[in-house]
Amino acid sequence: MPVEPLKETPSQTAGPYVHIGTWPSAAGLPIRTQEKPNVMVGAGAKGERIRIEGMIHDGAGSVVTDAMLELWHANADGQFPGHWGRTITDLKTGEWFFESVKPGATKLADGRAEAPFATLIIFARGINIHLHTRIYFADEDRANAGDPTLKAVAEPHLQKTLIASRSTRSGQTVYRFDIRLQGDNETVFFDI
Amino acid sequence: MGGNMQKGEFYRRDRNWHPPGYAPGYKSTVLRSPRRALLSLPQSPADLTGPVFGHGMLDPLDHDLIRNFGAGGEAIGERIVVHGRVVDQNAKPVAGTLLEVWQANACGRYRHVRDGYVAPLDPNFGGCGRVITDADGNFAFRTIKPGPYPWRNDGSDWRPAHIHFSIFGHAFTQRLISQFYFEGDPLIAKCPIVNTIRDRSAVDSLIARLDLENQTPFDHLTYRFDIVLRGRRSTFFENRPEGN
Ligand SMILES: [Fe+2]
Repeated sequence: MPVEPLKETPSQTAGPYVHIGTWPSAAGLPIRTQEKPNVMVGAGAKGERIRIEGMIHDGAGSVVTDAMLELWHANADGQFPGHWGRTITDLKTGEWFFESVKPGATKLADGRAEAPFATLIIFARGINIHLHTRIYFADEDRANAGDPTLKAVAEPHLQKTLIASRSTRSGQTVYRFDIRLQGDNETVFFDI
Repeated sequence: MGGNMQKGEFYRRDRNWHPPGYAPGYKSTVLRSPRRALLSLPQSPADLTGPVFGHGMLDPLDHDLIRNFGAGGEAIGERIVVHGRVVDQNAKPVAGTLLEVWQANACGRYRHVRDGYVAPLDPNFGGCGRVITDADGNFAFRTIKPGPYPWRNDGSDWRPAHIHFSIFGHAFTQRLISQFYFEGDPLIAKCPIVNTIRDRSAVDSLIARLDLENQTPFDHLTYRFDIVLRGRRSTFFENRPEGN
């Protein structure tokens, strides 16, 4: 018999009641030990303060209002451990957001530079195994042009699905990242 | 890391072992599964690292669902302890990792603003717990056995009794959310969500086993459920560019 690693525990959907375990107050439970995990950094964290927000659309164009999302990215110097956050799509509007600092650039093991990005994973009813994508930043044109992952996405209109637009609202930097689960502008999802 | 061996990337995920995104027997997947193939990438530092959660975040009752959201009493239902071990694909324990669980009450009703099932709520049951694995990867939590519940899908399907779980591991590539079931439940084989998994032995690996020897007599039954997270490849004699 050849040597084989153990099989990974298989995934199942997080289901419509994901909030009970991951954001109890949204389910209607009293708050015990959970805090606000979509505010990812304390007041003293180094880096440019940013807000990342968006919505998720399904294949019919409907807004998803029962998803849970997690974000993981390097700190402002491009180092790990970085910053982690969790958010949910609003039960009425479907809007989600994180508050964090902008990540610094990182490097692959082979030395190639990566543009700054944040890893985003999505769990929801109807999603059997979480979807994995990356948020790149529109104001990083030059770094984005040289990024090995963005270059691996051949079609320009699909590259665009990975780049968050930047604006300023009440003095705060806001990145917008809308996700499409299907369709012509389906967000690029990764197998990593 | 010394000698010629280094820790490499995590093993690729076996996408034939996991359920596919598009599995029309579970209708909600039809509009929520990407249609293009996933793009394979080399693992970056962002994938090889992950958040660490310390015991400081836990409340002493977080692992006791019979009491943690109680209104002065204990939850009603079959009293059980679920215990198990978290290892990686190389059979190495995954220590100090956060496991979150959520479930319906003994009648199959969730304490959730969107659950309108007619079965009653239990004022002493919230259905949410958390635990961090010990140095050997072990965990245990106390709860009541959840009930099956109906859902629309094909008119009225019934979910087998199950507990949802979320686990982090040490790297974001190990992140996993799933559900486990209970040995002997005839609804398992009929469940459209279970049946999104094609391989029977993969389904078996999601079934907690009755562990009669580890009961607490005259108090609770015990079930055993072990979890396997992705493991890292060993790389030998890998050529690396200068300076790396
Ligand atoms: Fe459930």
